[in-house]
Amino acid sequence: MIEGAKWRRWVYFYIPLGIFIVWLLFPFYWMLVTSVRPDRELYRPWMAPNYAPFWTTHPTLVHIIDLLTQTLFIRWMANTLFIAIVSTLISLFCGLLAGYALSRLKFPFAGMLGTGIFITYLVPQTLLFIPLANIIRNFNLGDTPWALILTYPTFLIPFCTWLLMGYFKAIPRELEECARIDGATRWKAMLYVIFPIAVPGILSAGIFAFTLSWNEFIYALVFLSSAHEKTVSVGVTSELVRGDVFYWGQLMAGALLGSIPVAFIYSFFVEYYVAGLTGSVKG
Amino acid sequence: MAVSGLATRGAFARAPRRGTASRLLEDERWLAAALLLPTVILLALFIAYPFVEGVWLAVTNATVGVPGKFVGLANFEMLWNDSIFRVAVWNTFVYTAVATVFKLGLGLWLALLLNRNFRGKAFTRAFILLPFIIPTVLSTYAWKWMFDPTFSVINWTLFQLDIIHSRINWLGDPGLALISVIIVNVWRGVPFYAISLLAGLQTINPELQEAAAIDGAPPWQRFWHITWPLLLPVTMVVVLFSVIQTFADFQLVYVLTGGGPANATQLFATYAYQLGVGTGLLSQGAAVSLAMFPFLLIIVVVQLLYIRRVEVH
Repeated sequence: MIEGAKWRRWVYFYIPLGIFIVWLLFPFYWMLVTSVRPDRELYRPWMAPNYAPFWTTHPTLVHIIDLLTQTLFIRWMANTLFIAIVSTLISLFCGLLAGYALSRLKFPFAGMLGTGIFITYLVPQTLLFIPLANIIRNFNLGDTPWALILTYPTFLIPFCTWLLMGYFKAIPRELEECARIDGATRWKAMLYVIFPIAVPGILSAGIFAFTLSWNEFIYALVFLSSAHEKTVSVGVTSELVRGDVFYWGQLMAGALLGSIPVAFIYSFFVEYYVAGLTGSVKG
Repeated sequence: MAVSGLATRGAFARAPRRGTASRLLEDERWLAAALLLPTVILLALFIAYPFVEGVWLAVTNATVGVPGKFVGLANFEMLWNDSIFRVAVWNTFVYTAVATVFKLGLGLWLALLLNRNFRGKAFTRAFILLPFIIPTVLSTYAWKWMFDPTFSVINWTLFQLDIIHSRINWLGDPGLALISVIIVNVWRGVPFYAISLLAGLQTINPELQEAAAIDGAPPWQRFWHITWPLLLPVTMVVVLFSVIQTFADFQLVYVLTGGGPANATQLFATYAYQLGVGTGLLSQGAAVSLAMFPFLLIIVVVQLLYIRRVEVH
């Protein structure tokens, strides 16, 4: 517990923690307030007298309704969801197999391949987006969800592999050997003995991968061009900002609604998410 | 052990009907090759091939729709003499260095606060991660709105508190824009540092702290001589990941300033985007992106060597 007098507890603990919490969460509160505030209140200069910016006395749903009916927002959500789910599944599939091979099997070049996958883990998307855009066009994938479904695994697979390798290494070899003595092939021992034990790891990797693909921006921005193919982040950016005009009410409503699927999944699996996050930085 | 019991034996009893494929899969080398195949194909197609293509683009004069001819190092020579590129390099280093220092400092502080026992700890930890999990572009719009020159809530608060008397143009003032962008980057990164370092803190045996406290070591010394050295390996890995992401950052700046005003917040990635996608000068854009590579490589190598040294000790 915290030692010392009451004032010390306030100065060294409650006040700093309180400031951190306000700083970290205020932008989300601000999204919420802005998205339900009528335009005549939104666009009042900050020096206007009697101005109460932290809440609104006339909440309205007009921005949210406009967003859902006048823009392709629902379509963007569906696109993002589809892309995130499929690319997560692909990455989990590849990551499981590769993670198992790299942590359990002896074969030539194992070390080299492991290092290679670790290095791709460190390659940022901004390094390759221009040549990749060319390649996507040459493969005739431009402006389709598959442009993202096939490229997102490039940063998700290394992460999944790395995380799952940690889980596989922690499973005692004896379990597998028992199954093999009972007549299981290597393949079946992997499928029916090792993978079920690694379920928490699979869940962590899957949730983390899902949030990463929901978050991705530059590939989606460069590879997709027509309005109805876009993901939430890109759709909001290109369709709710026209020239210099920002539709702030709709933008904030979009930001709020666009965050909900991630926040929803996160709220159910906080522990798995944190395990994925901290597992990802364990060397 | 339960797993080798009757239930699994039933499942495996049917197994040995061995064709060529399943016999090959019994060999560790073949099984490994089969398991790694999908990963290797995807990474080769969408990482290795683009990298080669990027190098090729960077030594040609390709633009959108025009394949281009080999021009040697002309693109890099042009960049060397390009004042905007120099500004972008400088900005990227300032952005990365300043943001990383603040993220590490504040993240460590927050981790130490969260490492104590208090009511609502799990709840607080869950909420604190929100800036990291909410899609960056979307939360950055909230910041852009908070930084709005005319309707800024931050300005309103500072004005009411009598701290400022004229408006602060957070994103429009070239001297301030980079600072504003860094604030948002730190905001987004602090939870990642805090939660990762918290996990590191929780692996440190509390008895060490207690022993030092009994010996009369004040809190600051306990932190410096016990907690910090034990936390260092985790810290280094967290910093490695964060530095790479920050160095190659794009979305934050793209949304907040687009690299402006007057290139005051131009980074490698935003400049590459501006040249390669905005103006269609593919080869020059690819060259700017690629110019990031040696810097990233040096950062990664130095940090990995340092991590290894820390772990050996």
